[in-house]
Amino acid sequence: MSTPVIQTAGISKRYQRGLLATSGLLRDSIARTLRSPLSAFRRTNVETFWALKDVSLEVGEGEVLGLIGRNGSGKTTLLKILSRITQPTSGWAEIHGRVGSLLEVGTGFHPELTGRENTYLSGAILGMNRREITSKFDAIVSFAELEEFIDTPVKHYSSGMYVRLAFAVAAHLEPEILLVDEVLAVGDINFQKKCLGKMGDVARAGRTVVLVSHQLNQIRRLCRRVVWIDSGSVRQDGPTHEVVSAYESAMARGDRNDAHQHRAVGSRARFLNWEIAGPNDADPHTLTTMGPVTIQFHLRAFEDLHRVTHGIALYNSERQVVWGTAAFDLEFDAGTHTLAYKFPSLPLRPGPYNWLVSLFQDNEELDMWEGVPEMLVTTESYQHPRDEWSGVLNAPSEFSVCEERGQHG
Amino acid sequence: MATVTSNPSVAAPLGSAASGPLTVRIEPPRGWFALHLRELWDYRELLYFFVWRDVKVRYKQTAIGVLWVVLQPLLTMLVATLFFGKLAKLPSQGLPYSVFCFAGVVPWGYFSTSLLNVTNIVVENQRVITKVYFPRLILPVSAALSGLVDFSIGFLVLFIYTLAYGIHPTFTILFIPLLLLLAILTVLGVGLWLSALNALYRDVRYLIPFIIQFWTLASPVYYSSQLVPQRYRWLYGLNPMAGVIDGFRWALTGRGPAPSSILIASVAMVLFAVLGGLAFFNRMEGNIADRV
Repeated sequence: MSTPVIQTAGISKRYQRGLLATSGLLRDSIARTLRSPLSAFRRTNVETFWALKDVSLEVGEGEVLGLIGRNGSGKTTLLKILSRITQPTSGWAEIHGRVGSLLEVGTGFHPELTGRENTYLSGAILGMNRREITSKFDAIVSFAELEEFIDTPVKHYSSGMYVRLAFAVAAHLEPEILLVDEVLAVGDINFQKKCLGKMGDVARAGRTVVLVSHQLNQIRRLCRRVVWIDSGSVRQDGPTHEVVSAYESAMARGDRNDAHQHRAVGSRARFLNWEIAGPNDADPHTLTTMGPVTIQFHLRAFEDLHRVTHGIALYNSERQVVWGTAAFDLEFDAGTHTLAYKFPSLPLRPGPYNWLVSLFQDNEELDMWEGVPEMLVTTESYQHPRDEWSGVLNAPSEFSVCEERGQHG
Repeated sequence: MATVTSNPSVAAPLGSAASGPLTVRIEPPRGWFALHLRELWDYRELLYFFVWRDVKVRYKQTAIGVLWVVLQPLLTMLVATLFFGKLAKLPSQGLPYSVFCFAGVVPWGYFSTSLLNVTNIVVENQRVITKVYFPRLILPVSAALSGLVDFSIGFLVLFIYTLAYGIHPTFTILFIPLLLLLAILTVLGVGLWLSALNALYRDVRYLIPFIIQFWTLASPVYYSSQLVPQRYRWLYGLNPMAGVIDGFRWALTGRGPAPSSILIASVAMVLFAVLGGLAFFNRMEGNIADRV
């Protein structure tokens, strides 16, 4: 390996569960202290968990490293520690070179400011200096295809325009080391390809890139080495094809170190895998259209099953149930079955989702399976410029205003 | 806290990023007081952009923009003159009451709005804080500095108003920048505590209006500090804004003796508060991204 530009040794990070819920108010803290003045010095029984455990890595100069792992496996925490957003609980890391981190698209954008002003602001926040932004400004604007609207406040932008500008600024960031988290999962497909191309250029220019992504195709295209993080530790580190296939087969087996999935053992039925029905060349776990779309689950029944109840739910990355339904009194012969859900449209916001399918017979759980891998949605996002107002539904709409005649003369 | 050290063996190319080739060591936080002034200096351009954003957005959001900045202290002064000056007939150190009061309202206005902005700035920028690294100290400093634009406009109006009363500045006006620095440091000394606390406890912001109201009454904005008995005046000066406002009035008009005992107490108090605030903010800095 060439000289390491990133080196970590025994990086660990402990979080306290429910920290905000227990002490979100100063009033409560003061009241607690008044009630028992010594409690401030006592270690209370806060439940802690290790988001990262003893991660040691080296990344060589010019290397493009992929980080993969399930949601909550710790890969984003690792990226946040390397970008110095949060501090490790123990261990250390050393980074040689100028770091740019890209954990979100549109970091620092302000809706009241114009496209031009936001380009400077966001550029500065991402680590560019003014001279650098000025010299790249025209390139950024033409990359975003926003020449006409660059002096319009971004609150008047469509979501597509907003994302394009945000991407364009980010894509022109040229630090020596680039840390990227999943940001390429939003925006329309054509623009995503353009950004991937730009990322590839950055990688070929000899810069070091650490990329977190759920899109294994993306990882395959960009990275030569992949690290698989599982439950906060490095599970496998090696050439892309080896690690990605190991990861894929583990995911297909439903293998996981963490305990929040209990599958009944020795059951009479078992879900095998799931996919999005469609042309074979596409990634069967990435949803690129808003519909019509068919989602299929394969179920093996080890004996004839009668009066079975089947439930399904779709979770988003915040563990909200976005959709769910159930079917009753189903009959299955022994053998393999395809359970298909055909959606005329499935308007989901871009991001990772999980399917949960279950099978019950007389209140007895035959199988409960959280579909792996997760489903990644990469459709164009129709959203409010501010995330908190975007909601869970990704519905395109046509807006118009017309005056009502004859009401007020 | 991470430390930044330049690598002397690799010369930074001219015109490249402020930082150049460097090594960053990331370690668990340790120590109460690890202030990295050099790092703050490296990020001065981002500080400028934060100030610029605050000012831009503030003027874009109000329809009457600059006019509002002029009207706010002017109207406060007029109402105070009517009630405290004309009706209550409060003494005003030999100055016309309106000039006396205006010279207090302008620095006080800077202090109260800036304190509010500094307190809220960490929470308002939580999205940026959780996505990008920069020395967090930049945020409260930018909020304290962006109030200076409003202050300058207010000061200009005050200056013209004072001239119109035939009160001409003397050499004492040279002290204004120093007193302004004292005001900025007061904002930071108190604001650093409050902004870190505000990020950790959601109910701190409800305290702010009360603190400001309380503090207005304890400062010589509408009344003269000479009402305070001479032997207690140093105690009164422990409120740093007493020193700032008295000093400001003296520096602008050149009337009366310099409020030295109050000022000395104020300066000492501010230095104490700023050092404590820096230590507290630094201590909390590492946690902020995990907590906001």
